[in-house]
Amino acid sequence: MKVRIDVDACVGAGQCVLAAPDVFDQRDEDGMVVLLLETPPPALEAAAEHAALLCPALAIAVDR
Amino acid sequence: MGSLERVVVVGASAAGVTTAETLRREGYTGGLVLVGDEKVLPYDRPPLSKQVLAGTWEPEKTVLRPDSAYAGHGIELRLGSAATGLDLARRTIALSTGEEIGYDGLVIATGTTARTLPFGHDLKGVHVLRTVDDAVALRGDLLRSASVVVVGAGFLGSEAAASARRLGLDVTLVDPLPLPLVRPFGDEVGTAIAGLHEEEGVRLRLGTGVTALHGEGAVTGVGLSDGTVLPADVVLVAIGARPATGWLDGSGLPVDDGVVCDATCRAADGVYAAGDVARWFNPHFGGLMRVEHRMNATEQGMAAARNLLGAQVPFAPAPYFWTDQFDARIQAYGVFPAEAEMVVAHGGVAERKFVAHYLADGRVVGVLGWNMARQLRADRQLVRSAA
Repeated sequence: MKVRIDVDACVGAGQCVLAAPDVFDQRDEDGMVVLLLETPPPALEAAAEHAALLCPALAIAVDR
Repeated sequence: MGSLERVVVVGASAAGVTTAETLRREGYTGGLVLVGDEKVLPYDRPPLSKQVLAGTWEPEKTVLRPDSAYAGHGIELRLGSAATGLDLARRTIALSTGEEIGYDGLVIATGTTARTLPFGHDLKGVHVLRTVDDAVALRGDLLRSASVVVVGAGFLGSEAAASARRLGLDVTLVDPLPLPLVRPFGDEVGTAIAGLHEEEGVRLRLGTGVTALHGEGAVTGVGLSDGTVLPADVVLVAIGARPATGWLDGSGLPVDDGVVCDATCRAADGVYAAGDVARWFNPHFGGLMRVEHRMNATEQGMAAARNLLGAQVPFAPAPYFWTDQFDARIQAYGVFPAEAEMVVAHGGVAERKFVAHYLADGRVVGVLGWNMARQLRADRQLVRSAA
């Protein structure tokens, strides 16, 4: 799995960090998404996919 | 109910698209039709008053999924066809195209339509903002104009006022309430938002109603309750939205400020609702609730789909929502009753960087962050654990 983020679309909701804290973080200054793992291990794939589904700004894409 | 062979989702926006995708993700393999009244591919609405109006995004960037994603999931898209009637006994839906389609399972996600003033909407230059076509038309008018009056200082109106100001227009924001966004957030945050708008050059006419729109053919001014007339090349009416339930009249489905649902988002046998149109019993707060926010569209679409497939799980979220205006990103989680006491827990309102807690009966029922996203995320657990 490969994860892509669109910081321009991100609204800093933090849903992704709540769903997959090992894959995503937020910048301190403005809360924008930070991608920690571009290719998450299999154990984290479901969480990363859930994060993409929950993102209210469609700022996360996962390619399998 | 028995096994599902054909599910129809009415309403092709965020809630409807999420519902359809979740049905597939959860293993539903039967027929799946997604009905939408607009002709364009389903798109996302929050950017309309922000990036699309300001021109930083092309409207195409708001499209939720590429066309191929629907075929890939076996979702039959029926765009440009509004639902016009529901027959619960025969389990059929009438469409504006004259067709009638049957269902075993139905999810209603028809959202809301913009409220309008009782006058003036026939004048050129008078707009509402709900659809991408609305946004493109409003932006076109703004680019040709020098002044705009925005009627309504809620989320949509205050965001649109900020976007119009960024385009260089002379902007006046009018609302009968004394402060912008005072109903959701209270006096202190409302005052801070008012201050931000004034600093950025937006003229505020608060505590003032609108009594008339003037002009012949095209709008030229807005008449206020204090007798003054504001000159205006363009008027945006942003006075809220009403659930799009007209097509359910006479169907027997319970409708009262939205489709009334139980805790599982179920409105009748085999009929569920999700998103802005759904008024469901939220066990987290112990009452009926209708939420017009983006995050709810996704979460409730997922919940309705799973429950239609038999999960029977109560939908009990705390609402999350946000607004972007000028350099302010305000995020909120929970509920914000008028009687709640607001306490600044981190940062300061004057610095425009803070997190506030809203307390009712000694419990944190809502948390609000202003340009403090990480702290707000951490404090969300206070709302959860207090329930």
